[in-house]
Amino acid sequence: MVRCKTIIAHLSEYVDGEATPEMCHMIEKHLRGCHRCTAVYDSTRKMLVITGDERVFEIPSGYSARLHRFLDKAILEGSAS
Amino acid sequence: MNDQALMEKSREPFLIQRIRAGERSHFHELIRPYERRAFLIAYSVLRNQADAEDAVQQAMLKIFLHLEQLAEADKFAQWAMRVVENEAKMYKRKRHQHLYQSVDEEQEKEGQTKHFRPKQFADWRDLPNEILEQQEVRAAIIESLASLPEIYREIFVLRDMEHLNIAETAEVLGISVPMVKTRLHRARLMMREALSPIFAKPKVSIWERWKGVNPWFAAKR
Repeated sequence: MVRCKTIIAHLSEYVDGEATPEMCHMIEKHLRGCHRCTAVYDSTRKMLVITGDERVFEIPSGYSARLHRFLDKAILEGSAS
Repeated sequence: MNDQALMEKSREPFLIQRIRAGERSHFHELIRPYERRAFLIAYSVLRNQADAEDAVQQAMLKIFLHLEQLAEADKFAQWAMRVVENEAKMYKRKRHQHLYQSVDEEQEKEGQTKHFRPKQFADWRDLPNEILEQQEVRAAIIESLASLPEIYREIFVLRDMEHLNIAETAEVLGISVPMVKTRLHRARLMMREALSPIFAKPKVSIWERWKGVNPWFAAKR
C-alpha cells in the first residue's frame, strides 16, 4: 500500500486533473481504502468550490469609482505639469 | 474565460495602441476587467482594505505612465498584475508595522511550513451554494486566508480565487512553474486546515448515535 504521505503530496495535482494516469490510478486505489486521505481529498475539493466563488470576497463599495476619479485627476495633473 | 472576457482581451492591443497615441480616456476601459483582481492581489499582500485600495491606485497610475515599456501588448494582464504585486510589496515595506516584521521572518515562516502535514481529518459537511450568503462564513474564509504566510496567500488568491492558470500565476509572481505548484499545494492544505473546524461535520456522541438507531427509544418519545 502506498503511504498516505505520498498521496497527500500529489493531491493538488490530482484535484487539478494534472496527475499522470499512473498517479491517478495509485491515488484512486489508495482513497478506496483510506478514510483519512479521502477526508482530506473531499474537503479540499469542497474548500476550492467555496473559495473560488466571487461572493467570498467583497470589494469595498465605491472602490472602482474612487480608482477612476484618482486616475483622472492624476493623469490630468501629470499632463498639465 | 467567458465570451465577454475574450472580447475584452482581444481589444487590449487596440486600446493600448490608442492610449499610446494620446487617447488617454481608453485607459479606463483597459483596466476595468482587472480592478477586482488588482484589489485581491494588493489585499493578499497588505491584508488591509484601505491600504490595498491606495496601492492599487498608485499601481494603476504607474501602469499608465509606463505603458510604453510593455513590449507585448497581449501580455498586458500579466505585466499589469505584476506591477500591482510589486507596488503592494513596496507599500508594505514602507508601512510602519513592517519595521517589526522583517523579510527573515517571512522566510522563517516559509521554512516552518515547508513540511506542512494535515492534522484535521474530519469529514466536511455538504456546503450548499447559499452558504456564502452568510456573512460569518465569508469572514471566516477571509480570516483563514489572512492567516497564511504571504507567499502562499498570493498564490492561493491568483490561482484558486481569481482562477489564473499555473503559467499566468508564475508570470505575475515572477517565479517558476514548479515553484507555483509546490506553493499552491501547501497553500491549499493550509487553507483546508484553517477552515476544517468551521466546515467539519459535527461530532455525534455515542449516546446520540444510539438514540438514532434504537427503535425502543424512538417509540418511547
